[in-house]
Amino acid sequence: MPSRGRTAGEEKPVIECRSVYKIFGRHAKSLLDGTEGFIDADAAKEAGCIVGVNNASFEVHAGELLVIMGLSGSGKSTLLRCISRLTEATAGKIFIEGQDLLAMNGRQLLDMRRSRMGMVFQNFGLLPHKTVLENIAFPLQMKGMKTRESVSRARDMAELVGLQGRENYFPRELSGGQQQRVGIARSLAVEPDIWFLDEPFSALDPLIRKEMQDEFLRLQEVLNKTILFVTHDFDEALRLADRIAIMKEGIIEQLDTPASIILQPATEYVRKFTQDVPREKVLRIEDVMNPVDETEELSDLRVSKDLIIETVAEAILNQPRPVGVVDADDRLVGSLHASHVINVLFGTSQRD
Amino acid sequence: MAAPRISRKTIGFGVLFSVFLLLCLLVNPSDANWLWRLPPLLKDLPFIINDTVQNLLFEWMPIEVYDPTIDDYETKPLFREVTRAISSTLLLIIDAVREVMLGGVKTIVAFTDWNFINENPWLRWPALPWTVITGWAILLGYRLQGTGLAALAAFSMVYVSVFGQWEPSMQTLSFVLVAAPVSVVLGLGLGIWAFRNRAVEAALNPLLNVAQTMPHYSYLVPVIVLFGVGDHAAAIATIIFATPPMVRLTLLGLKNVPAEVVEAGIMNGCGRFQLLFRVLVPTAKRDVLIGVNQVVMQCLAMTVIASFIGAQGLGSNLMIALNSLKVGTGIEIGLCIVLIAVVLDRMSLAWAHKQTDYFADLSFFERHRLVIMLVAILVAGCLLAWAGSFIFEEGRNYLYIVPHNKGITTAPFWQAAVDWTWDTFFFTLKGFNEFLITKVLFPMRDLYLGMPVIATFVLMMGTAFLLDGVKSALIVGVFLLFIAFSEYWDRALITAYMASFSVMVAAVVGLVVGTLCAQNRLATRVALLVCDFLQTFPSFIYLIPVIMLFGITDTSVIIASVVYAMVPATRYTVEGLRSVPEVIQEAGTMSGVSRMQRLVQIEFPLAFPHIMLGLNQTVIFGLFMVIIGAFIGTTDLGQLILGAISDPRGTGIGLTLGLCVAFIGLAVDQIIRTWAERRKKELDLG
Ligand SMILES: Nc1ncnc2c1ncn2[C@@H]1O[C@H](COP(=O)(O)OP(=O)(O)OP(=O)(O)O)[C@@H](O)[C@H]1O
Ligand SMILES: [Mg+2]
Repeated sequence: MPSRGRTAGEEKPVIECRSVYKIFGRHAKSLLDGTEGFIDADAAKEAGCIVGVNNASFEVHAGELLVIMGLSGSGKSTLLRCISRLTEATAGKIFIEGQDLLAMNGRQLLDMRRSRMGMVFQNFGLLPHKTVLENIAFPLQMKGMKTRESVSRARDMAELVGLQGRENYFPRELSGGQQQRVGIARSLAVEPDIWFLDEPFSALDPLIRKEMQDEFLRLQEVLNKTILFVTHDFDEALRLADRIAIMKEGIIEQLDTPASIILQPATEYVRKFTQDVPREKVLRIEDVMNPVDETEELSDLRVSKDLIIETVAEAILNQPRPVGVVDADDRLVGSLHASHVINVLFGTSQRD
Repeated sequence: MAAPRISRKTIGFGVLFSVFLLLCLLVNPSDANWLWRLPPLLKDLPFIINDTVQNLLFEWMPIEVYDPTIDDYETKPLFREVTRAISSTLLLIIDAVREVMLGGVKTIVAFTDWNFINENPWLRWPALPWTVITGWAILLGYRLQGTGLAALAAFSMVYVSVFGQWEPSMQTLSFVLVAAPVSVVLGLGLGIWAFRNRAVEAALNPLLNVAQTMPHYSYLVPVIVLFGVGDHAAAIATIIFATPPMVRLTLLGLKNVPAEVVEAGIMNGCGRFQLLFRVLVPTAKRDVLIGVNQVVMQCLAMTVIASFIGAQGLGSNLMIALNSLKVGTGIEIGLCIVLIAVVLDRMSLAWAHKQTDYFADLSFFERHRLVIMLVAILVAGCLLAWAGSFIFEEGRNYLYIVPHNKGITTAPFWQAAVDWTWDTFFFTLKGFNEFLITKVLFPMRDLYLGMPVIATFVLMMGTAFLLDGVKSALIVGVFLLFIAFSEYWDRALITAYMASFSVMVAAVVGLVVGTLCAQNRLATRVALLVCDFLQTFPSFIYLIPVIMLFGITDTSVIIASVVYAMVPATRYTVEGLRSVPEVIQEAGTMSGVSRMQRLVQIEFPLAFPHIMLGLNQTVIFGLFMVIIGAFIGTTDLGQLILGAISDPRGTGIGLTLGLCVAFIGLAVDQIIRTWAERRKKELDLG
């Protein structure tokens, strides 16, 4: 379990996908008839179809941040758009808190979007004719909220994302980072509990991106939403994710915690994908520690299981004997030997 | 790769021209020879149209209508009732707007009756003093853009008033104020419909094409037949003409709304209508408002022509002046039209580019400042007019309304200028005129008329084939076939010769001027400004100065259309050359090209497609002007169309002729546009 884990296995999942397919092309339906499992990409191509999402099944629990990542064209956006029903999935079932999303009629869907879902777009998708404040108040007004009320609420949202003082600017008068703040504020205005973000920071330059990620983490700390976050930037995924889904040509290759993805790649593709990741910056002590071995003689150094390896690597490497790993209550939960650290960090082999 | 393709194209054109020349020489010019002229298979088309219309009007779908005067039901054809209802509604609205500005009693009568009015004389509504309308125009100009536009509005309104053209100007304005909103609403509606429904778009497209290339005259006859004569008929003709650009621009704007904005709207919980009116249309606002601007311009362009079917106002006065060769008066009226056009153009553009900007907390006064000021101006103007009634004699209250033709006039001056020009340059002008007609125009006309029909087809379709492929060739073929099967092939050739002569001259001049101007930043701006300005002139205005110089001859028409068509030629050349991407320019500079080399090797090839689009416009403009020129006497299709207006069976003839002209334009359009757009894509210029 990752330390930030808000995964609460017992509850009903907030989002549940069961064998979701999205196939573009006219003969999509016939291609699917009678198939089970994954669709062969070549067969699809022959039929003149493009496979966007191929048999995706997963669950997202309340308060969890699932990052969907993969190369360009791997179907990340398509999956997200299926779950927000901006496109209709070709087949499969999607449940939002147990409700069948694909069976909803227009009215129900509208209500769902007006109260439960928020979405942030890669190129912001702001209304150019409205000011910052009006943009943020827009979803509230669509719900039928009074202008005065919606504007005062929009003001709070603007403040939340640090846009105070720019309420009367138009989107074109803002920098990219500021525009995306508007996008974020707008998507949060209706207080949704499900938050979709489709590459929200990839149109921004690296410095601003870093800043926005921090901001995003801060917000999530406060708001604790259920989040689907699309990105093709692995560093970003590692910084933010509770769990990561790696997609390739529409197929979810692996869906797991960042540590497991790095330490136990399910496929060759995932392994290649994670090869160059600086592990010491990602992994925590608990990801690599060995279970407590009573016979072992430990050194005096104790390290917390939640620390990133990089921060204590030097200290551990200087110890002749294994160091003890403790949890928040100072109980011994494992041990870690210097050679093991070296092995994990620099060896290409998996943890043994 | 590129070299052999180019040379293959060159060979293609070589072969094409040889075949064309051979056909011209070999085909025997006799009416029995189908290679020379096709038989007029469509001869009956006008009559079929006429019969259909008559049938529609007088027989189709009879319905029972209650008539209150005889207190009984009468059988009337549905269609005619519908057109009548439209007519009377429009007329009522136009009158109402007109009476708000000029005073009157018709609107009130329409809801009451004459006896009531006679008993209550206070119901006679007075005109708005000219100072009020002028004040409003200035205020509007100021609010929309600033002092510049306010000054322009002030100058224009004062000019109109001082020169005694207030009444006809307001008549024209009232007509625009009715026709333009109707066109805008119609265009917006159709545009939205086409956006939502692909089938509608597909169906609308050819209709819009034809509507935009049909000469104005040809609408007039059917409109008269269906709606009668008067301001309402003129308004309807105007609406038919002004709506297509609005539809086009609405559709364009809606299509350009980024997908993400639409999706954001959906995710923000917009319903269907909310999405349309709160996301799509506002986001497309700029294009939509440019459409509004186009509508206003088209309406003004129609004022003169609309006077043929009874529109009152500046247009009809201008016609009268031109008909009686009162050039001075003509110039004054023409200037009025131009000024009104420029003011409305600038105002609607300023509106399009204006950003709505509202702050959350405004005081009552701030929020209603505009209304308060409008009312203040109204009160002040009325007071002034009232004061004026003590100063000036009855009927000549200059602070109320400057009576028609009682203002100052410069007509004698202009007349003198014309006379002087005639006296001084008589031989030069006459010589030029004669030279042009006998040495250039007539030989050219004979050349065109000497073309066998098969040769024309080979030339046009061959060009289309070589440039765009089979599909284009076939489309062009169908357009030409229609003309060839109608009775009007020879007339069409004359139209084509006049148009192509003007287009050639205009294109050459425009290209040279445009290229020169594009070399310098300042010159570029000036050139574009002048083009903008000239483009707001209603086409008819171009005829005034040439009539002044050359009288009523073919030369006048040709020169007017040369000047008119030169505007797009110049503008597109400048735009094309200027839009060559900076990177490519710099790459050129770094490869050490000289200025001339850069122009020839880099700028022209890249700008060529855009310049060709300009040529396309030039052709349409030239064609339009040639047809309008019929008004001052030519022998082409335009003349026939004009004739059809006074022909009781003119509907069919007018429409058929209109289609002929439209098809000439569309054939050229098809060839050039397809080519230019493909070429632009190839060059990656978007
Ligand atoms: N409307 C569509 N019609 C046809 N094919 C589509 C459509 N939308 C997406 N696709 C295809 O589906 C596949 C997945 O596209 P998607 O946009 O989901 O990729 P992505 O992972 O979001 O990529 P990126 O990182 O570039 O945004 C691509 O091959 C794409 O070409
Ligand atoms: Mg994407």
